[in-house]
Amino acid sequence: MIDTLLSPFAIWLAERAIFTPDTLAVYWQGVETTLSLVSLSLLLGFLISLPLSLARGSRRGWLRRPVQAFTYVFRGTPLLVQLYLIYYGVVFIDDVQESWLWPLVKEPFLPALVAFTLNTVAYTTEIFHGAIANTPRGELEAARACGMSRPLMYRRIVFPSAFRRALPAYGNEVILTLHASAIASTVTLMDLTGAAQFVYSRFYAPFEAFIFAALIYLVITLTLLYALRRLEARFNPQLRGVRKQRRKIMAFGNAIPQKP
Amino acid sequence: MLNLHGYGVRLVEGALVTIELAAASLIIAVLLGLVTASAKLSKRRLPHLLATLYTTLIRGVPDLVLMMLFFFGGQMLMNDVSDWLYARFGLDLFINIDAFIAGVLTIGLIFGAYMGETFRGAIQAVDEGQLEAATACGMSQALIFRRIRFPLMMRHALPGLSNNWLVLLKTTALVSVIGLSDMVHVATQASKATLEPFTFMLFVGAIYLLLTSLSEWVFKRLTRKYNAGFAGEES
Repeated sequence: MIDTLLSPFAIWLAERAIFTPDTLAVYWQGVETTLSLVSLSLLLGFLISLPLSLARGSRRGWLRRPVQAFTYVFRGTPLLVQLYLIYYGVVFIDDVQESWLWPLVKEPFLPALVAFTLNTVAYTTEIFHGAIANTPRGELEAARACGMSRPLMYRRIVFPSAFRRALPAYGNEVILTLHASAIASTVTLMDLTGAAQFVYSRFYAPFEAFIFAALIYLVITLTLLYALRRLEARFNPQLRGVRKQRRKIMAFGNAIPQKP
Repeated sequence: MLNLHGYGVRLVEGALVTIELAAASLIIAVLLGLVTASAKLSKRRLPHLLATLYTTLIRGVPDLVLMMLFFFGGQMLMNDVSDWLYARFGLDLFINIDAFIAGVLTIGLIFGAYMGETFRGAIQAVDEGQLEAATACGMSQALIFRRIRFPLMMRHALPGLSNNWLVLLKTTALVSVIGLSDMVHVATQASKATLEPFTFMLFVGAIYLLLTSLSEWVFKRLTRKYNAGFAGEES
């Protein structure tokens, strides 16, 4: 039943020689790989960044300096170099080829995941650290005046307040991680870009192959941006309706001064 | 202790390619960014629409995909053009895209979109009164831009500009994938030949770190320069 319904569609596709069900499947696999790589590295990155951002703002030098050095190095070098270092370098760890890790490490997915996680941890740690350092003094004083212990203060006051401030920059980091994941294709991972490269080399059709991939990336990006904006609105209930009001005022000239 | 197996000279040449590529792309990106920003601020609808389309499309797609599209697509377009020239006029002309120029144009085009966003905010942040005063002094539009708008705008643009430059510098590593022999390309070849990826990749990483640190220092100096006269105010 479904087959008969889909057959005109399949014929239509077959006439467009490049986008056969086979190549579409390659693209779909690519989308799955990209999304799992990005979501896993973002999730791990988020979890690792929380303690690291606290260490980054610590008064104790032995706690702060290693984190500072880590973010400095990972933010100062290209992700491609980091990925190459991990992917080509892992072979040279002693005895790795005999260990249980080898089947996992031999495939490009895990090295790519490690590289992307480390990279996003470096950026996210700095973002969170900045947000935590900018916590209004009054909020901390109020929490202390209520008799909160330090862990409780961090859980109830500092983290929620900092996350709200970090959200725009963190959202940007999410989008950048999605775009950076295209680099995984250079170590033979068949992500969305890898799929586009495969289709390009198979049909020698650069425009079709890459524009199709670009459009899929664009759709994912716009979806993420929409979700992030919803999240921002949810975490900033005090701003509800302000945007609409501002637009109304803007229509009557620049009544609200621009913040530098 | 650091044995580069005779790849030292090629690595330095590669580093020069990286720097030249980044500097040339920066110039294109800044010019495109200024055009985009003024188009976005324009009251006419068409330039505004085009600029918005440009920044949205470029910023919504990974750099590497755009690079491959422009590079491989551009090559094919050039082949088609030379085929057409041969068929139509009997001209036997093969146009080969120079990888360096293709890289500069691609990176410039990508970062023009990011620069556009930075400049738009900065141009808007310039105090209207300053511009009115300049007009009242009888300055021409070009002179106003050079003497008033640009220096005042730079103060607000510098944080974004510095960020974009650092990202751009690191993005140049991607041209190694499309076959331009920058230092990452040299390092990959050397790693494969000598089976010592750590040596070469760490070396290249250290050069990048040096370049980014140097840039940060320069931008700190520039920030101090353009913030002159705004002491105590947060920029």
